[in-house]
Amino acid sequence: MSAQSPSARNETSQSETRWPRQPFTPLQLAIGLAVALFSLGTLAAGLTVGTPNYPIALFGALALATVARFWWPVSFWLDFALFLYGTGILFSALGAGGEIGSSFWLALATLWLLAWLFAERLSQAIAGGSASARFGFIVPTLFGISILLVWELITRGAGIPTILLPPPSMIFDRIMNSWPILLADFRQTILKAVLVGYVLGSGAGFLVAIAIDRSPFLKRGLLPLGNFVAALPIIGIAPIMVMWFGFDWQSKAAVVIVMTFFPMLVSTIAGLNASGHIERDLMRTYAAGYFSTLLRLRLPAAAPMIFNALKINTTLALIGAIVAEFFGTPTVGMGFRISTEVGRMNVDMVWAEIAMAAVVGSAFYGLVTLIERAVTFWHPTVRDGRA
Amino acid sequence: MFQRMMSGTLGPVLVVVTALMVIWYGFAVFLNTPWQNDKNTRAEVVMAPMEFVGATLSQKRPLLPGPHQIAAELFKTTVQTPPTSKKSLIFHGWITLSSTVLGFAFGTLLGIVLAVAIVHNQTSNRSLMPWIIASQTVPIIAIAPMVIVVLNAVGISGIVPKALISTYLSFFPIVVGMVKGLRAPEAIQLDLVHTYSASPWQTFWKLRWPMAMPYLFTSMKVGIAAALVGAVVAELPTGSAGGYGARLLAGSYYGQTIQIWSALIAAATLAALLVLAVGLTERLVNASMGARP
Repeated sequence: MSAQSPSARNETSQSETRWPRQPFTPLQLAIGLAVALFSLGTLAAGLTVGTPNYPIALFGALALATVARFWWPVSFWLDFALFLYGTGILFSALGAGGEIGSSFWLALATLWLLAWLFAERLSQAIAGGSASARFGFIVPTLFGISILLVWELITRGAGIPTILLPPPSMIFDRIMNSWPILLADFRQTILKAVLVGYVLGSGAGFLVAIAIDRSPFLKRGLLPLGNFVAALPIIGIAPIMVMWFGFDWQSKAAVVIVMTFFPMLVSTIAGLNASGHIERDLMRTYAAGYFSTLLRLRLPAAAPMIFNALKINTTLALIGAIVAEFFGTPTVGMGFRISTEVGRMNVDMVWAEIAMAAVVGSAFYGLVTLIERAVTFWHPTVRDGRA
Repeated sequence: MFQRMMSGTLGPVLVVVTALMVIWYGFAVFLNTPWQNDKNTRAEVVMAPMEFVGATLSQKRPLLPGPHQIAAELFKTTVQTPPTSKKSLIFHGWITLSSTVLGFAFGTLLGIVLAVAIVHNQTSNRSLMPWIIASQTVPIIAIAPMVIVVLNAVGISGIVPKALISTYLSFFPIVVGMVKGLRAPEAIQLDLVHTYSASPWQTFWKLRWPMAMPYLFTSMKVGIAAALVGAVVAELPTGSAGGYGARLLAGSYYGQTIQIWSALIAAATLAALLVLAVGLTERLVNASMGARP
């Protein structure tokens, strides 16, 4: 492959029997041997079992050829290329509608092993400095993609009933086809219940924390209670809130408010105590009053812990709003959709809602993280992250 | 004496709890007033103020029951009912507890294994960590009932599906805590065991593992609370099988507010007991490892 550096080529031309520049770790050795074993199996099964499947057999032969890695340096990009090639072969085998036999499963195992080997070698190369750190994102991305791939290939190849686990492509189709319904649910659950509850709950926790921070007595009394309540299954108040505030989004927002209040309260109180005595004394020598000290020293010092609570609260808010909808709701909303479509065994719709919840949850979390990085740019963890 | 109590933690906590109780009673009277008014006008009864307050606090299905009503219900369903009865909260507590503990055990094991892999293998560190964090932004607990229903449809029922939800929720704090803990040894300490020519295995058991213990127990306290929440939510669709979640759902169907609140308080007590149990285990382990108190 083109990514192989010129120096590596020079070394091999100088002495052909030379060991590859980066020695194999025991794990890589094991995976490499497994690749050889499974590709041999793929080749044999592709040629002999049932009707011969020549494309799969060819993939097996090519993968078997990488055994050469034990004598010559084989670029890890070659493993990656083989992984892509094999993926294409397997999808075309599925599309052709022929029988799915042992060669298919052996090829899938080979594919997965190749991806693993590639990830191992790439991260070793990055750690060793012989590959750019810019490729670092490939490893986690590949992990996610290969899980989706294996999911798709296994569900379709083995003919798993879609009620049990629909393939990702089917879920994607459903998302594309049911866009209006998903959008309505998004508006009801996220834009109304989650956002209102998140803002009010976190805001109230923040303000109450600042208010009781002035009284050491209240602080000592409320902090253990807050810690205790934060560990309780607060989600259980959902039926009560539905009883009090009705079926619409207000009751869901109320659940979210209660769920997000306590983490924020506890974290803010702890954060306000984070500034040291020396710093506070310094503010006193500047003749800074209470509010000036609060704004210029204690709140900035509390920011990392406050953002920690804000991040925890994103997930809690989503959970609270969706679960509360199980206890009664108008005929729209993510929780409502999930519970009714399960009853109708429309599992692809359920998975579409789950996918949306996952995307929205990750985006919400990511957004708070971005704001955190902008606000607490001075904190060591953020500086480390940028370096 | 009074001064000493108020400068500690116990005094303030008691004062705050008392204040909360007073507020609670206030709200209970306020919220239950409209219904009581309705009832009185229909029955054409006029009550004296104190009598009226008493009536709001002894309704059968109040909007907000008074603490004494919940306490009475708790007493009735734990002490006065045999634990084998379906009306006993101890019976339901056992169901919830068993799936919580099973799921938590799985989760702890999984979390530790993942943390060890992440700390010792670069690839795991790069590929697993982002997805472990992403896995927790999926509101799994919101889809827990669906997971249960689907698993039931294929014949997997009973305690295992519920325990799986608890596992999913509890492994995350363990992974995060253990990764931090296993990386807690500083370079100078790693260098020291290196000069003793310790093998990686010995470094793990004699340095990394002991140093990770405080982190492990802190995460376990978070994890077991999360496991309980998972078990309760997972019980929502399995109404007949019991558990605190089933009690909550049944109570909400029939408007039995006192039943909802007593199940809620019982679950809270169970959570507190479980966290306490982890704390006690921590002390025992610390003592047996020779930590000074």
